[in-house]
Amino acid sequence: MSTAAYSSNTIVLLPDQATAKIPKKNYINAEHGLLSWLLTGDHKRIAMLYLISITFFFFIGGAFAGMIRLELLTPQPDLVSSDTYNKFFTMHGIIMVFLFLVPSVPATLGNFLMPIMLGAKDLAFPKINLLSWYLYVVGGVLILAALVLGGVDTGWTFTTPLSTHYLNTHVITAAMAIFVAGFSSIFTGLNFIVTIHRMRAPGMTWFRMPLFVWSHYAASILMVLGTPVLAITLVLVALERAFGIGVFDPTKGGDPLLFQHLFWFYSHPAVYIMILPGMGVISEVISTFSRKRVFGYTAVAFSSVAIALFGFFVWAHHMFIMGVSNYSALVFSLLTMLVAVPSAIKIFNWSFTLQKGSITFETPMLYAFGFMGLFTIGGLTGVFLGSLGMDIHLTETYFIVAHFHFVMVGGMLMAFLSGVHFWWPKMTGRMYPESLSKLAAVTTFIGFNLTFLPQFILGYLGMPRRYHAYPPEFQVLNVLSTAGATVLGIGYMLPLLYLGWSLKYGEIAGNNPWQATGLEWQIQSPPLTENFVEIPIVDYEAYDYEWLAKKQKEQVTTVG
Amino acid sequence: MHISPVLWQFLIKWLHASALFPPEASTIAPSMDALYFFLLLLTVIGLLLVGGLIFGFSLRYRRSRNPVATQIEGSTLMEATWTIIPLALFLVCFVWGALLYFRIYNPPANSMNIYIVGKQWMWKAEHPGGQHEIDSLHIPIGRPIQLTMISQDVFHSFSIPDFRVKREVIPGRYTTVWFNATDVGTYHLFCTQYCGTQHSGMIGEVTAMTPGDYEKWAQQSTSGMSLAQNGERLYASMGCNACHNGSATARGPNLAGVYGSKLTLTNGSQVLVNEAYLRDAILNPSQHVTAGFAPIMPTYQGQISEDGLIDLVEYIKTLQTNYRVQQTQVTSQSNQAAPITPEMVKP
Repeated sequence: MSTAAYSSNTIVLLPDQATAKIPKKNYINAEHGLLSWLLTGDHKRIAMLYLISITFFFFIGGAFAGMIRLELLTPQPDLVSSDTYNKFFTMHGIIMVFLFLVPSVPATLGNFLMPIMLGAKDLAFPKINLLSWYLYVVGGVLILAALVLGGVDTGWTFTTPLSTHYLNTHVITAAMAIFVAGFSSIFTGLNFIVTIHRMRAPGMTWFRMPLFVWSHYAASILMVLGTPVLAITLVLVALERAFGIGVFDPTKGGDPLLFQHLFWFYSHPAVYIMILPGMGVISEVISTFSRKRVFGYTAVAFSSVAIALFGFFVWAHHMFIMGVSNYSALVFSLLTMLVAVPSAIKIFNWSFTLQKGSITFETPMLYAFGFMGLFTIGGLTGVFLGSLGMDIHLTETYFIVAHFHFVMVGGMLMAFLSGVHFWWPKMTGRMYPESLSKLAAVTTFIGFNLTFLPQFILGYLGMPRRYHAYPPEFQVLNVLSTAGATVLGIGYMLPLLYLGWSLKYGEIAGNNPWQATGLEWQIQSPPLTENFVEIPIVDYEAYDYEWLAKKQKEQVTTVG
Repeated sequence: MHISPVLWQFLIKWLHASALFPPEASTIAPSMDALYFFLLLLTVIGLLLVGGLIFGFSLRYRRSRNPVATQIEGSTLMEATWTIIPLALFLVCFVWGALLYFRIYNPPANSMNIYIVGKQWMWKAEHPGGQHEIDSLHIPIGRPIQLTMISQDVFHSFSIPDFRVKREVIPGRYTTVWFNATDVGTYHLFCTQYCGTQHSGMIGEVTAMTPGDYEKWAQQSTSGMSLAQNGERLYASMGCNACHNGSATARGPNLAGVYGSKLTLTNGSQVLVNEAYLRDAILNPSQHVTAGFAPIMPTYQGQISEDGLIDLVEYIKTLQTNYRVQQTQVTSQSNQAAPITPEMVKP
């Protein structure tokens, strides 16, 4: 079991490449043919289906982002027409939010790992799991249909009465797409909640669960309780548009602000649906690469639940300038400040997990460090916007664009890539190329900062978001941002290429290349369809590296 | 060293044209910037702290230096520390921000009122003296100016970054914002809420002038009819005075002195009569029936433009006595009516 890769700078422990083989029986080659994938009930195969589909949509959404940045190179509206530009940012937002960010970690990594981490054979409802992927695909196809038929230009926020009365693009198609994709999200959440409650292996108590599971539990609650509100809201928009029922129309006694309340009642918790699973990834990665139990396990676990709870009561902070009562704004600002605290708790706990650890810097760890830095900026700039008076000047400008990209892209996408690299050997049985992926991580980090830091300044200078043309004095910062986007684009293309390459040429990973403690690392890679040969009995805590060392020593003794 | 001319021009442009902060051109701007710098400081400290912890621990406890990790369960004391200190700091941001918010969204009583009507894709400003402008706003410096704003179609948002003020402009209801400009100059006016095709074309210029210059501008730009005079004409032509004529037997309530008073409605509730109430009462009269009157007034929804409503509201605001209403009734043609005296037009 000795390898050359073992040195003091890395924990990577690979089997001897000359003799190592991918296990003969695993979930990938258990059955063959397209149908065996399309009709599968295996959570791992469904996770791979999701991984392929969200990657597809990520690059479509990314292409729109590229077009937006290209247009904004010059102050004049010279690349595309205004309507086209409006469609670009709408499609970018809709695709990235609903078809990439919301399902990114939960539907891929969560789907793959949740049952294994709990010691179960599958999720509680495998067929509903497959149904949720099909609903996602139907949603995605509807979005593509809206796109091909001529696009949508409502902005991803569907603000009424613009979306109901003033635009003649494919609003209803897009709304229905999100409606359908929403059910995919609800089913995933439901599946997770039931699995976590009912399918834990013997000995897997709530406080032995990996923090990845805790954060998915919190996100699932948000999915199940929040998404129906969005679904209802979009149906109302469609009805109002098609039949003029007047719920949001002031001339019929409706209230356009009601739409904003309903929309943000989902869409704010949705931010936590997106970020919480990413936080779960970071907990696993930081622990593994510092060889230490996560500092303050219970604090991190409960902070996820606290974020989920508080997350439901801050929605009106998107509406501070919209003529809501000053006093209700006061309450929502206060609650917003409270929801910032659990995030701070997490950041500090991760930082102190490093203390007295034995740290190595493989790619997942680099992405995780990137996450911590960028999420800290994203989180603290959120305090700017939560602070009532400051929000007046900053909202609806590029400051807010930069803020949520720091959280969603700097935070969530970094976490997603960290997780994909971390569990890639488990999912495929092969390692990704280490130095190339480190280069990608650093490129992404630099490109990201170059893209979005100038946007904070632009925002404070007053440049409004969703502007096709802008005053010439903003050009220099926009050029910087576009340059950064180019670097960022390269940073995202790299993993696509080398991960694809590694499927065939990557080194054989073995069961536990990172020497991590999770149940998923104690089984073969890629796992068997039924995950475990026998149901594991969990008699150790999460992140118990001493248990792992003991176990490995015993194995050596038995074998050798 | 050779620098490409393109890069050189770019750098020159950057140094000359790229400010990191917008000019401070209103009394609110310095307060806003103070809070901004406080928050910026907080962010930098937070980032240095987290970055310092990551880099420090990474150097000190990297595997080559610390081959074996020491397990630590956690520490309640430390958890409490990093719960309470951030919470306290965030609460400071909350209180500071709230004070600023209440200041920006509560106009002083002595402010000069200008109406703003937003529509796809232009801004109309209506000054009390009847000056109308499109995509521009002329204002005197050194006095508080309140904007009462409404949208004719979709959500817009009225933003003057150099004054650090912004407010959503909403269909169906008035919103207000105020500022006190300090420096003469022209400033950007942006629509910041996405409002359709020409969203980025819904911009304009705010021209801040000395009070003397503003006076001159106002005299040159007036159409000759104040908002209230326009309103009076509309009042007559819509036949409002058939019921609201101030006589004892009138079918509608007397409107003289109604603005600013407290009304009791048939459902028993008490309302303060302000611009928003007057507008609502014209559009949805059945929901705003004054106690003692029958709900006979028809709705004027869709029959009066937002500009017309503003005129009517301004007219009703000037009604101090019945005399004016009866004059309108008698002549029934407002252009034959006695002109409104300047004192009747409240600035």
